[in-house]
Amino acid sequence: MTTQTVLAAAGSVPGGEAVTFWILAPLALIGAIGMVAARNAVHSALMLVLTMLCLGVFYVVQAGPFIGLVQIIVYTGAIMMLFLFVLMLVGRGASDSVIETLRGQRVAALVLGVGFAGLVGTGMYRALAGSTAAGLAQANAEGNVQGIARLLFTRYVLAFELTSALLITAAVGAMVLAHIERRREDRMDQSATMRARFRPGNYPGPKPGPGVFATSSSVATPARLPDGRLAEQSTPEILPVRELTAEDTTLKGTEK
Amino acid sequence: MTFLAQEPTLADFGQDPWWLVLIKVVFAFAFGLLATLLGVWFERRVVGRMAVRPGPNQLGPFGLLQTLADGMKMAFKEDILPRSADKVVYFFAPVISVVCAVTALSVMPFGPMVSIFGHQTPLQVTDVSVSVLLVLACSSMAVYGVVLAGWASGSTYPLLGGLRSAAQLISYEVALGLSIVAVFMLSGTMSTSGIVAAQGERPQLEFFGFDISAPGWYAILLFPSFVIFFIAIVGETNRAPFDLPEAESELVAGFMTEYSSLKFALIMLSEYVAMVTMSAFTVTLFLGGWRAPWPITYFWDGANSGWWPMLWFFGKVLLLVFVFVWLRGTLPRLRYDQFMRLGWKVLLPLNLVWILVLAGWLKTQGWERADRLILYGAIAGVVLIVTLFWPNRQPAPKPTLAEEVNNRPAGSFPLPPLDLQVPPSPRTQRIVAEREPANLADTDSREV
Repeated sequence: MTTQTVLAAAGSVPGGEAVTFWILAPLALIGAIGMVAARNAVHSALMLVLTMLCLGVFYVVQAGPFIGLVQIIVYTGAIMMLFLFVLMLVGRGASDSVIETLRGQRVAALVLGVGFAGLVGTGMYRALAGSTAAGLAQANAEGNVQGIARLLFTRYVLAFELTSALLITAAVGAMVLAHIERRREDRMDQSATMRARFRPGNYPGPKPGPGVFATSSSVATPARLPDGRLAEQSTPEILPVRELTAEDTTLKGTEK
Repeated sequence: MTFLAQEPTLADFGQDPWWLVLIKVVFAFAFGLLATLLGVWFERRVVGRMAVRPGPNQLGPFGLLQTLADGMKMAFKEDILPRSADKVVYFFAPVISVVCAVTALSVMPFGPMVSIFGHQTPLQVTDVSVSVLLVLACSSMAVYGVVLAGWASGSTYPLLGGLRSAAQLISYEVALGLSIVAVFMLSGTMSTSGIVAAQGERPQLEFFGFDISAPGWYAILLFPSFVIFFIAIVGETNRAPFDLPEAESELVAGFMTEYSSLKFALIMLSEYVAMVTMSAFTVTLFLGGWRAPWPITYFWDGANSGWWPMLWFFGKVLLLVFVFVWLRGTLPRLRYDQFMRLGWKVLLPLNLVWILVLAGWLKTQGWERADRLILYGAIAGVVLIVTLFWPNRQPAPKPTLAEEVNNRPAGSFPLPPLDLQVPPSPRTQRIVAEREPANLADTDSREV
């Protein structure tokens, strides 16, 4: 039995399935278009959730209950939730900009996307062109879940493990790139902070304020120590030290 | 009279006429609503009793109508829509919560096959071969309600509550799913009615040479899974001590701060329905479902047939709801980092090790006894060696105060001598000596 004959035999779709399809298919399309069209990133993610939910129901309707529910649990429940988590952290006002930040990014994305789709499509078509469909009864002979498990853990175990290794590498890589290492020993607790404060070379008392014993009350004028030296710590580091000349400090003659 | 024929199988579902389906659906929905009405009352009464106060007792017998009155009042309150809210999402968030919480009830087996108006039908709305996954999907979708409610409110505290809820779901769903894996391994099915049926058998286990007729309930057979599962569903339903998304001492009311009127009522409803649904789920997976507990089945053969099982089912659900309330009345809320550490560093590794042990044990059940003992001994030896040679993580002993002082580098901030004896102030003595006679004279002159 070839794919064509199976499709022909399945021409009579049960009423319930048809109704489900005609209700959910437009919804899935609306979700897919809305995901691209939505300006707000969270709305975009929610539209994708809608499409994924519809796809999950389609799988269930087409006698693949396990894959349908796993689609909902894993993709909709966990992965999209992670997406939402990040989007919400970014902020609710954030919507995508019309200005291209990377030059030629959109054209490149379009070309690469279409190219990838074409590559996968041709590969699939050439691989599956001569194959015959086994039919649902044979695939589900020992139960739907058991059948998937048998294929996954015998014939496709290498592909499965490779995919999971790839995912783990991506996750660990993202973590390494984003994570700032702070080891437990590097963390300063209260007693360590105090010890650092009284370490030789560090003055533990409060820093002198600017302008104390200085010739002016400006924040840029450093304080003077009792021996007449300038106290460097008394001015903020970002300000240039400004010593007033004798001319600056003389009376301007504005006082009455 | 045989009782095995009462067990529904997957083939028994989908045979009902439409009116029977309608009755079952309405019953499950009404059960959810009624459970909320009574659940709120029950919780307030029980927490009240635990706090040595009466709780609601004015409206109706034992205050039973209090929740109904509160619900009516809530419906007539003003519905406030914050100006910064995302209107569509704000409206749909509570709806998502309620729909998901109620949908999960549809695969809960309330009882075995019964006869309704001449139709032999199982006391369960429906069942599919993967209905446990359906419940998981519902519970993971229900969090969208919480997260979106927090985000759409357009205000800070709800957003924080929503974020917490998202992180909480992702962490605790892993532990939840893994503890169900053990149930799948023993029962060999993912349908709820199948799991209840599997718990009716008393498996003959060979345990180090002894043949034991083990109890059928997975709460006993898979005790670690049961404990982890229950902790995880408390986290999943946002109940105390894991109610961080709505922690009133930190986030006002968390994700529902901006909600009012009927929308708030819907959030409240979904929370209690989720609690009841999860209790029913626990009963189904671990506590034998609708089966009567042991002493009853010993004295009474008919306990597991007809409509009686519904009573046992509701009794067990009530018991678990009581545990939920008990936890709330007893435990303080966890800090957020403690909560995350519990999920990822305790529950998850424990679960994995337990599944590994269980799988190994199940796999070796058919082996020769000598082979099995050798394998167990080898594993025990490896574990022992690893524990013995595990690198010692204990920090070096702390130096004493005297050592620390002696090891200070030159030019350190000056310290007073450690054996410094502060001499008594010469003035102290004189003040006391001067005061004493003055006081004595004062009291004497008044008392006499």
